[in-house]
Amino acid sequence: MIKKEFFLKGYKSILKPDSPAIALACCFVAIGALLKNIGFNIQESVLSTVLIYALPGSLVMAESILVGASLLSIFIAVWFVNARLYPMAVSLFPLMMDESQPKWKYYLSCHFIAVSAWLIMKSDYETVKKKDRVDFWIGIGSATLSVSVLATALGFYLADHLNKDMLMGLAILNPIYFTCMMVGAMKTLQITLSVLLGAILGPVFYFFSPEWSILLGGLIAGSISFLIGEKNVN
Amino acid sequence: MSISVLLSILVTSLATYLSRFLGVLSSLKIKETSKIFRWFNCLAYATLAALIARTIIFPAGALLDASYLSRFLVVLLSLGVFFMTKKNFVYPTVFSAISIGVINNFF
Repeated sequence: MIKKEFFLKGYKSILKPDSPAIALACCFVAIGALLKNIGFNIQESVLSTVLIYALPGSLVMAESILVGASLLSIFIAVWFVNARLYPMAVSLFPLMMDESQPKWKYYLSCHFIAVSAWLIMKSDYETVKKKDRVDFWIGIGSATLSVSVLATALGFYLADHLNKDMLMGLAILNPIYFTCMMVGAMKTLQITLSVLLGAILGPVFYFFSPEWSILLGGLIAGSISFLIGEKNVN
Repeated sequence: MSISVLLSILVTSLATYLSRFLGVLSSLKIKETSKIFRWFNCLAYATLAALIARTIIFPAGALLDASYLSRFLVVLLSLGVFFMTKKNFVYPTVFSAISIGVINNFF
């Protein structure tokens, strides 16, 4: 089963002074307010965060419901938007795969893959032995999901009291927090190039295809950075 | 709970879980020391950077109310705060939330 010691160590990572809890909570406060405004009730708002737990996906769902899109088009749109979770999973789970751990832990805990939990795990995984990392990860994911759910409920009830400036402040928090985390992670040539090229190519590709811009920008920027990095090391 | 909203939530969660689950299945065969792992690491960071840059430059929702110049200035100033506070994540984040409304009133 899950080792309590490592689960709690992961769970407590959200309490660190520079943890993403505040930025994460603010984003989900904004999502809670948005969901109320499009007609969700409190149970639906909370359930959507528990089951989806990915901000861009929730935004696409909300926009799709507003325009009366079909379930199939919602599925395809969300799949495209959240396809970034695939490389995030592939770049994280090999760090915690261990023969002694049951597979179900990996299949269930992949639900926690989101930018905040991913970045915490990426910076802290070396503090835990490989065989215990999945329990540590489940702790981190449970903590970030708990914050998100509570913040969604808070946003739902605060929706009528938030003015334009407040919503703008909540909306800018997350990209700024993640920008700082990404800049902080630029410690190798490959990662530095990946972040810089991704930030340039993502918006550039938006002019050609808004739907594919993130995936195409990420794929090309990441591949170029990988090749340059490998050549440099060799 | 209305059926259409519930179905939309379920479909959205399924579409989101699919990428995560496929990522774990692929991870079963990838070693952390392999080249393909390093490639996916680059892809993940580049995709996240693309997503964040797009959120700031071509936003959806509440950020649309802020002008392009004010968003750009807030990012630059927040990065300045980030480096001045020895790479603390909280100060620039709080700064951005407070300053965006103020700066947007001027630009």
